[in-house]
Order: sequence, then structure tokens, then C-alpha cells
Amino acid sequence: MALKLELIRPEIALFIAACIVMIVGLSKQHATRTACAWICGVGLVVAGFLAATTPVPRIATGAGLMPELIPYAKTLIAAAALPILLLLTGTVDRDYEHRVARGERFDPIRATRGEFYAFFLFSVMGVMLCASADDLIWLFLALELTSLPTYIMVAISTSRLRSQEAAVKYFFLGAFGAAMFLYGFAMLYGATGTTMLLQMARSFGEHGVGTLAVVGMLFAIIGVGFKIAAVPMHFYTPDVYQGASAPVAAHLAFAPKAAGFLTLILLLTTLGWSALPAVGGPGLPEPIRVALWVMAALTMTVGNVMAILQTSIKRILAYSSVAHSGYMLVGLIAGPGDGSLWRNGLAASLFYLLSYAAMNLGAFAVLACVERRARGSDEHAEIETVEDLRGLCRTQPALGWTMVVCALSLLGFPPLLGFFAKLFLFTSAISAGELPLAVVMGVNSAIAAFYYLRLVSAAYFDDRDERLPSGHVTPFSGRVFAAVASALSTVALLPFIGPLHAAGRRAVSTPAPVAQAPADAHAPPTRAAAAASDR
Amino acid sequence: MLLATLLIPALAALLIAVSSKDSARRIATVASLAFFAMTALIAAQFDWLRPALRQFSVEYVDLLPGSGAGASLSLGVDAVSVMLLALTGLLAPLCVIGSFSAITERTKSYYGWLIALQAPMAAVFMAQDMVTFYIGFEFTLIPMFVLISLFGSTNRRRAAVKFFLYTFTGSMMTLVGLLYVVWFNAVRMPPSAGPGAGAWTVAIDPLMRAAQAMPLRDQAWVLLALMAGFAVKTPLFPVHTWLPLAHTEAPTAGSVVLAGVLLKLGTYGLYRFVVPFVPAAVAEYAPAIATISIIGILYGGLICWVQRDVKKLVAYSSVAHLGFCVLGLFALTPVGASGSILYMINHGLSTGALFFCIGMMYERYHTRSMDEVGGLARVMPVWASFTVFFTMASVGLPGLNGFVSEFFCLLGAYQSGALWGVGGGAGPLGPWYAAIAGVGMIVAAMYLLYMLGKVVFGPLKEPPGHGDHDHGHGAGDAHEGLPKDLTVREIGILTPLALLCLALGVLPTPALHALEAPVKQAIAPAHAAFEARPAPAPMIEGRHAEATEARP
Repeated sequence: MALKLELIRPEIALFIAACIVMIVGLSKQHATRTACAWICGVGLVVAGFLAATTPVPRIATGAGLMPELIPYAKTLIAAAALPILLLLTGTVDRDYEHRVARGERFDPIRATRGEFYAFFLFSVMGVMLCASADDLIWLFLALELTSLPTYIMVAISTSRLRSQEAAVKYFFLGAFGAAMFLYGFAMLYGATGTTMLLQMARSFGEHGVGTLAVVGMLFAIIGVGFKIAAVPMHFYTPDVYQGASAPVAAHLAFAPKAAGFLTLILLLTTLGWSALPAVGGPGLPEPIRVALWVMAALTMTVGNVMAILQTSIKRILAYSSVAHSGYMLVGLIAGPGDGSLWRNGLAASLFYLLSYAAMNLGAFAVLACVERRARGSDEHAEIETVEDLRGLCRTQPALGWTMVVCALSLLGFPPLLGFFAKLFLFTSAISAGELPLAVVMGVNSAIAAFYYLRLVSAAYFDDRDERLPSGHVTPFSGRVFAAVASALSTVALLPFIGPLHAAGRRAVSTPAPVAQAPADAHAPPTRAAAAASDR
Repeated sequence: MLLATLLIPALAALLIAVSSKDSARRIATVASLAFFAMTALIAAQFDWLRPALRQFSVEYVDLLPGSGAGASLSLGVDAVSVMLLALTGLLAPLCVIGSFSAITERTKSYYGWLIALQAPMAAVFMAQDMVTFYIGFEFTLIPMFVLISLFGSTNRRRAAVKFFLYTFTGSMMTLVGLLYVVWFNAVRMPPSAGPGAGAWTVAIDPLMRAAQAMPLRDQAWVLLALMAGFAVKTPLFPVHTWLPLAHTEAPTAGSVVLAGVLLKLGTYGLYRFVVPFVPAAVAEYAPAIATISIIGILYGGLICWVQRDVKKLVAYSSVAHLGFCVLGLFALTPVGASGSILYMINHGLSTGALFFCIGMMYERYHTRSMDEVGGLARVMPVWASFTVFFTMASVGLPGLNGFVSEFFCLLGAYQSGALWGVGGGAGPLGPWYAAIAGVGMIVAAMYLLYMLGKVVFGPLKEPPGHGDHDHGHGAGDAHEGLPKDLTVREIGILTPLALLCLALGVLPTPALHALEAPVKQAIAPAHAAFEARPAPAPMIEGRHAEATEARP
């Protein structure tokens, strides 16, 4: 018990911060209310610090499936949540605060600031809990904790009706997804008689993976597909992103996705991967490998092709985030290989997640930073179409270049961060014998050039359309800071690719006991095992 | 020294980005001259007695510190690289100086990107590892994309996007192919096979050994993947359609760099990565690739013939010319391959110069249509002499540079195989290939001379508003200051190119001599693979027997 508490110290810090924020957000003093964001920031920094200093050696002896994943993932999440927090500033209560500043009496019931930030922290907490999950029930609760607050965040992020519509849609589909993976979890329990991930891994290792377990795992994967916006569970993405305000969309594009991928890594690892070169697990059972293969290929292709057809930037970025999920799935299919830099698909996926967090955030941040305002009025609206980006490099050089750099990095253009992230996915896929998948990914990267180039062209080449209302920079300077910082990070992180990737490799390594599974198993040797024996 | 050469344009571009608008031109001029000086210095210090040896090698190990990935930045040049590097260096200041009068708006972006373009191009020629090569190869896209998009003519946006998409799609496939080789080297090669084998590395040498050890089926796939990128860039026949558009829409300097250096990245890739990497597949499929090149030669030539737009005509002529270049390379004979390398240089000089000439005409008349201008020799004698000179060089007039390389490419293709059992037998092609491609030379003469006849000679024809009174430009014209004929600056741009065309035409021996050793080294494995092939058809059995006899 004490050990588990020690594990979730970052989450406890976030929980305390969330509780404080909820109360402080109701304060009558404007200055106190505005402290909400600061408290959130402090909470995240403390959580990040606690996560980075989690005593791994002690938990390694505990029940964790991937003990090293805990500090790595939590630190990553805390680091990525900070710029998202900066973006979220000023999302809610903006008009209301204006009215209060003009003399209206402050009514705590009408202020949503406190809940909004608290829900954000709860959601981040959910992602962190996913990383430290050692049990199916814990995993389920953590996944739901990630998603439930986001439904509300979408609903209150703007005052438009469309946000509420998006939230309802998001909620129902989310409930559907949750039911799917809960069903899958139940089957897994039926197949193995345990909810503990480590016990499950042992059971699979000793008795092989039966039909019930395979079916359960497929349900679980499809259900989690909702969180990562993978085909066939991607339908909500464009509508919800478009309905939510840009900062919330940025959060949606990262947090549930991170939670989903952490869950998938844990679930698939129970099937008997081992990152230890000497042992070499039996690899994924064939039906699951095929299902993931098809899912990855479809997700990339559907995401990229649909993105070409869009005119709204948010919808483009939504479909692009679908496509990026497809890329990350490639790493999961490739598996950990022998754990080395070029062959470790899990680490490649984690590294891609990190790069994606940086560059995708930059793109969304630009949307959060530029707003249309009619002359002499407080009315403000987010920019909608690609046309609105036109001439941004001239009118707002910092934001324009952020868009250009982030779009190129998302495209995987060398020598930006996105290129190296994709490079590792390519090599891991080729190493695992998934050459066709690597080719599909290559073709998709080329398709993606269509729409990313449109963003680049609009921002850099086109002149501003004089008929459209002029774009203004948001009064919240934190957002601009987050945008520029994430664009810079696609370049500034380049020298640290080695250490970051090494940390990722350490994170997905499993301690020896899991790998007890003899390679003979009951199933015939699978492709991954064959690839591992190549050396 | 190589690194310094790379850094000059890169730093200059950054400097331009932060400096004021007025100094952009000056910085670009100085930087491009310095870049040229560095490439000239490399060429001068290069030990030409050992041309196949990699010289000035530098290696910066561990680009990804702490990863043990074997990713390193390694540079080095052999004779082929030095020549192409020198061509890049020479064209850089000419392009910058050649844009003084044409570009008056957004000069910061223009000169910044133009100078930034030089760094990745040079990196490609210097790269001794796959990652540096690939980054350079890809990164040329961005500056060129910007140059076309911002400074091109009316249809520029479409041209730029098409250019980007074609090249990017192709090079993604190239990346997959190269990564497959990397994987093969790390996993399938025994560590005893040589330094770097059995380890994850991106250095060219171990990868080359690994790729050569692949079975034919793998090699064929890798060949296909690599060709996808390089054929688009070269460009070869079915994937050439981006080129005329990009050339026509690009600003003059953009066209010059595109024709002069960027297209050479494709052929250089073929030379550096395809021929030595997958020799068995090359030996197997060389006839197919040669056929594609010949289709390009004839098809490109015939399209040129019906063009009314001078710039488009020269653009299509590039398709035809580079067809010769690829044909010579895949003849797998030393003669053909050195002719091919020389062709890269010569095409860069003469076609680059022709684009300059057309640009100068365009600046004066604002049209490139043969129907609107004619007989310009009467009003622009200096311009006309240069244009005729470069056209002749491009046609392949003996005594000028084009002739030597074109002849060598054809000779190489001819010698490559036997005709009715007679002669040759050294490679997969044969006299038929040379004969059909030779028709392309005649076609080239037809369309280029036709263009000369229309534009330079014949009755004087000027578009309205450019009558015989002193150079009547419309109001608000940016180029008011240009005299009728060439300025000293413009003559200064064309003269060095003309001199080099003449020098390489009259005295190609030193260059060919220097190319011999590296070229032989590059085609040796493919050649050996060809020899080792089981005779596929009884018709050439005689030749095969001959070849076996010749071996000790």
C-alpha cells in the first residue's frame, strides 16, 4: 500500500492542486481568481519533479509490469501539460470577466474558471495513472479519468452551441469506447483469472494466448482506439476538435492519445514481449498483429486522405492527429525488438509521442493565438479556415513561422524533430520484418505533404486577404509563448535525441520475471520471434 | 574545410534573416563569392593524381550522443564530387549577381533562400553517410519551393507544389530503400564481412558492401525504391512532368540552379547509390532503365519541337539531355560512365547559361514566346552571340563541351554490347541503344536550331511597346535601367560559363582522365555482376563465352 502511494505521488500533488484551484476559482477578488493558472502550473512542476524522482529501484521489486515507464511517462506528461496549460489561459470566463471588470457583480455560480482548470488537472492525472497501472481495473479507471473531464472541458470551452453538441457527441462515443474495452477487459479476466497485468503476462507465458484472450484483447484495442483516434473509432475527432476551442483541442490531441498509447503498450506487453535481447518473447499473436496492422494502415491512410479534403484548419489538424496515431501504431506492431536504438518500436512510439506533443501543440497554439476581432469591439472569434492563415508570416512573424516549422516537422521533413521520430519508426518496422507497413507509411508521409504544404503556403507565401477581418494576436501572452516554445523545441531538442530516446528505451524495458515465457510456447513462432532470431 | 564550405552559405542565410533589407544583396554576394572560393580551393588542393581516393575526409562521430546509434556526420570528396561541387560553387555567385535587376521585392527572402539552397546541395555532394545525404537531398526542396512560390511567374504556386510533391513522394521511397539497406547491414551481415558490418551504421562504405551482398530479389526492390526518388529528381521519362512546369515558373536564378545543380542530385544519386549499391539488379535491369532514358530523349526532344515558349523548350531539352546522362551511366562501361559524369557538368554549364540568356531576354521583353520576339540578333548582338554559343554547346557541336560528353555516353552505350555477335560485350546495353539514342541528337539539333532561327535570326519582331525608339518600357517598369543589349554585369555572368564550355570542349582529357579511376571503381561491382550472370538467352551466348575466356 505504502509502495503504491509512493508511486502515485505526482498524481497526489495534482489532486491537491486541483482541489485548491476549484476553491480559489470562486474567489471574489479578481487577483485571487487569476492565481488559478499559476497554482496549476506549480502543481504540474511539482508533479513533474516528483515523477522524475520516483524511486524506480524500489518499485522494480513490486508488481509493475514496466516499472521504468512510470517516471518516464509521468515526466513527459507533466512537461507536455505545461505548455497546454499556457494555452488554456483565458479560454473560459473571458467575456464574463470583462463584464465584471465593467462593474457587474461577481457571481461565483457563473464563473467556470475553477472547474475548468481542475478538470484539466484531473485529466492529466488520469494519463499519469495509466502509466503506473498494474491492474486492469486501475487501467480502466485511469483511462476514464483521462476522458471524463475532457467532455466537460469541451462543453464549457466556448459559449457556442457547437461546443455543447461536440461534447455530447464526444461523450456518447467515449462511453461506447469505454464499454468496448471494459468488455475486452472482462474477457481477459475470464481468460486468465486475474486482473493483475503481471499475472496476466505470466499466465500468457505459461499457457499461451487462448482464443478468449485474443478476442478480449481485440475488443480492448478497438476500445482504446477511441482514445487514440484510430480507425474505426476516429469519427468523432474532426467534429469535436472543431467544436472545442483551440486550446482544448490541443489538449484532446495529446492527453487521451498519450493515455491510449501507454495503455496499449502495457496491454500488448502482457502478451509476452520482452525488451531483453537475450530472451526474446514470442511476439504478438497473429490475429492481433494483423488487426493492428490493418488498423495502423487504415488510420494513416484515412487520416491523411481526409485531411486533404478539409478546409477548416482544425479539421485538418484533427485528421492529421488521426494519421499520426497510425504512425505510432507502427512502432507498437514492431515491438521492442532487441531493445536497441534502431529496432525498438515501443521506444520509437514513445519518442514519436514526445515529438508529436511538441510539434502538434505548436500548430494548435497558432490557432489559439490568432483571433479575429471586429474593429473597436470585444467580440472575438477563432480563425477557422486555411484562408485565415494567409500572410501570417508577414503580419505576425513569430506565429507564422511557428506554423511553418511545426507543419514541416509534422510532415517529417529533415532535419526537424519529426523526421527523426519517423526515422526510428521506419527502422523499427523494417527490423521487425514489416517492410510493407514501412512502405505504407512512406506513401502516407508523401500524401501528408499535400495538406501540410497548404498550411505552409498560406502562412508564408500568400498575402493577407483584405476582405477577411484582420487577425489579432490574443491578449494572453502565455499562449504566444507556448506556441513559439514548441516550434523552437522541434529544433532545440535535436541534440538531445540520443538521451531522450535512450530514456524511452529504458522505460519500455521489462524486468526479467515477465520474460520467463519459453519461446516454444504453444503457438508456432511468430514473425517477431523470427526477426529476433535473425541476429 | 568541407564543413566550412557548408557553413558559409548556411550562416550567410541566417545573417540575412536577421539583418536589414538593404544589406541582403550584399551579404549574399559576398557569401556566394566566399562559397565559390572555398569550392575552388577544394578543387585546387584536391590530389588529382589519386582521384578515386576520398579526400578531405572529416567525421563527426555520434550525432545522437549517448545513443550508440552509429549516426555520424561524415564528409569527404572524390573527383566526381569535387567537380560537381565546383559547379555548384561557380553557379552560386552567378545566380546571385544575375538576380540584381530581376528581383526587387522581398529581397531578404529571395537572397536568403537562394544562398541557403547552396548548403544542402553541397552537403549531398560531400556526404559520406546516408543521413547527411538524405537530409541534404530533402532540404533542397524547401528553398526551391520558396523561390518558385514567391518569385515565379503567374502559375508559380501550382508549379511549386507539384515540384515538392513529386520529389518528396519519390524520396520517401528512397528513404525506405536506404533504411532497408541499413537494416540488412546490421542484421544480416556477419561482423567478419568488414568494418561496420553487422552494426547499425549509416556510413556509405559498409552499407555499400551490405547492399552488394543482398540477393538479387532484395536488390531489385532496393533498386526500385532508390530509383523512385532519383528518377523523379533527374527526371526520367514518366515522372518528369514536374520539371517543365517548375522551370517555366521559376525565377531565372531558380531555373539555373534547378537545371545546373538540383537535377544533378538525381544523377549523382544514381551514380553514388544505385550503381555501386545494387550491382546485380543494375546489371539485370539496366536495359529497362536505358529504354526509359531513350524514351525520355526522344519524347523530350519531340515535345521541344512543338514548344512556343523558349524557357519551356529548354526545360524539356533537360529531360532529353539527362536521358543521355543516365543512358551513359547504365551502359556500365568506363567510357559511358565518365561521359555521364562529364555530361552532368556540361549540362549544368550550358543549360544554366541558356536559362540566364532567356532570363535576360525576358527582363527586356517580358515575354518568352517565340511568336512575339524574333530576329533579336539585330538589336542585341552580344546577347545573340552568347545565346548561339550556348545553344551550340547544348546541341553538341564538336569543339564545345556538349559534344564530348554526349559522344562518350553514346559510345559507352555502343561498346556496352554486341551487334550481331560482333564487338563489345562489356555491358548490358548495345549498339541498338546508341543508334536509337543517336536519333535524339538529331532531334536536339532540330529544335534548338529552330529556336535560334526564330528568336535570334530572321526578321526583327518585338512585342508591342518595345518598338525601335529607345527601349520603350511601360510606366512603373522595374527594369527601366536596362539597356537594349547586355550590361557589363550580364556579360560578366555569361563569360566564365562560355570559357568553361570552350575549355571542356577543346580539352576534355584532364577531366576524363581524372574521372576514369573513380568511375571504374563505381561500376566495377555492377560490371562483375553482369559478367557473373548466367547467360539469359542463347543469342548472346557467344559474347558471354568470350567474356569468360577473357577472364584469367
